[in-house]
Amino acid sequence: MSDRIITILVNSFGSLLLAGLKMTIPLAVISFSIGLVIALFTALVQTANIPVLRKLARFYVWIIRGTPMMVQLFVVYFGLPSIGILLSSFVSAVLVFSISVGAYCSETVRAAIESVPHGQIEAGYCVGMNYWQIMYRIVIPQALRTAFPPLSNSLIGLVKDTSLAYSISIVEIMATAQRIATRTYDYFLLYIEAAFVYLIFCTFLQWLQRYLERKLEALR
Amino acid sequence: MLEIRNICKSFGDLDVLKNIDLTVNKGDVIAILGPSGSGKTTLLRCINFLERADSGTMKFDEDVFDLHNASRKEIASVRRRTGFVFQNYNLFANKTALENVTEGLIVARHMKKAEAEEIGRKCLDKVGLSERYHYFPSKLSGGQQQRVAIARAIAANPEVIMFDEPTSALDPELIGEVLSVMKELAEEGMTMLVVTHEINFARNVSNKVIFMENGVIVEENDSKSFFENPREERIRTFIQNINREN
Repeated sequence: MSDRIITILVNSFGSLLLAGLKMTIPLAVISFSIGLVIALFTALVQTANIPVLRKLARFYVWIIRGTPMMVQLFVVYFGLPSIGILLSSFVSAVLVFSISVGAYCSETVRAAIESVPHGQIEAGYCVGMNYWQIMYRIVIPQALRTAFPPLSNSLIGLVKDTSLAYSISIVEIMATAQRIATRTYDYFLLYIEAAFVYLIFCTFLQWLQRYLERKLEALR
Repeated sequence: MLEIRNICKSFGDLDVLKNIDLTVNKGDVIAILGPSGSGKTTLLRCINFLERADSGTMKFDEDVFDLHNASRKEIASVRRRTGFVFQNYNLFANKTALENVTEGLIVARHMKKAEAEEIGRKCLDKVGLSERYHYFPSKLSGGQQQRVAIARAIAANPEVIMFDEPTSALDPELIGEVLSVMKELAEEGMTMLVVTHEINFARNVSNKVIFMENGVIVEENDSKSFFENPREERIRTFIQNINREN
């Protein structure tokens, strides 16, 4: 390898890693946290069968799962200003990502809630607890444990999907790679390097998932 | 103590309970026998509103409840005074044995944690599980799980406990430990309604036997007469069949 290539790789690696730490990861973590709250709420109104909210939840999941995230990003960032709603690119990205994650994860959480044997809910009633006490103390803790692996999947997926935010001028890993590449013309090199940086973050997350799963298992 | 009148329940076209009357006196241990599908379990489940009856009333001490239209408050009041033991134990899988017993006391009855734990330990001691306070249900045998479930049911000091086939899910060698706990409760004067296939329990522990078939009570008698002098022909064949099996 020529010295030039090595220099470019070494110099850009820091920038890509930094873009990951300063933008990709915060974007993913903030969106995922908000998304989880939305998911839990969306799943609960369905399992608790709350009349109007249940319908709304189904509608929300239907719309979000049926449209591409890229289109959603464009609608929010480029479309909303025309009706007078101006959001910064970061806020737009967080909004779209959390709503999207919320829809997908709500199905995961709903399935996990329904996987808790109904008999435990009846037993809760028999010792005098009400529905929400049973949900909060008995069902949801078990459901989240079941949902943990698929939810980790969604988080890892989201880390990679944040590269879409590049299209609304957020400077994350992908945009950083692109910027350096336009300057040096080493597209191949830079995109491979960007892929490698994503791989580093995702490998860490997978390792974290396995570690936490072992911890959860010990609690059973 | 409990007077149930005209309880009816159907699932779709199937009439599971047809105008059933049942009187339970304090200290009664009533074994409810009958073939599967006869409505025994549904009867128990209607009494504490796990199932809504289509009609019927229940007088519980001095309070009268409409089994179809009871309010949330009335349901809570019935559940507060009864215990329920399920065929499949239904322990809270994310709670230890002790927490299973204290959960209702702390959350539903707002008891202080220390006080609830003291009661919890006493109840677990009583069912012979003093070595297993901090075990999760998944680490207990079926018999142990069912004994935790009994401890959970007696913790709140109920006036009557309902048992829904408490030994049917157990391996044969584990049935004895559960039955002996139930026998002990019976001897202490606990009022119990027991849906069961354990003939020996019905014969030796319960004081009354009810035989149900197709949603009606075919015979209601004291245990001794039920087995020695059954009034109904149906019961005679039933007893002959059991004797043949044993």
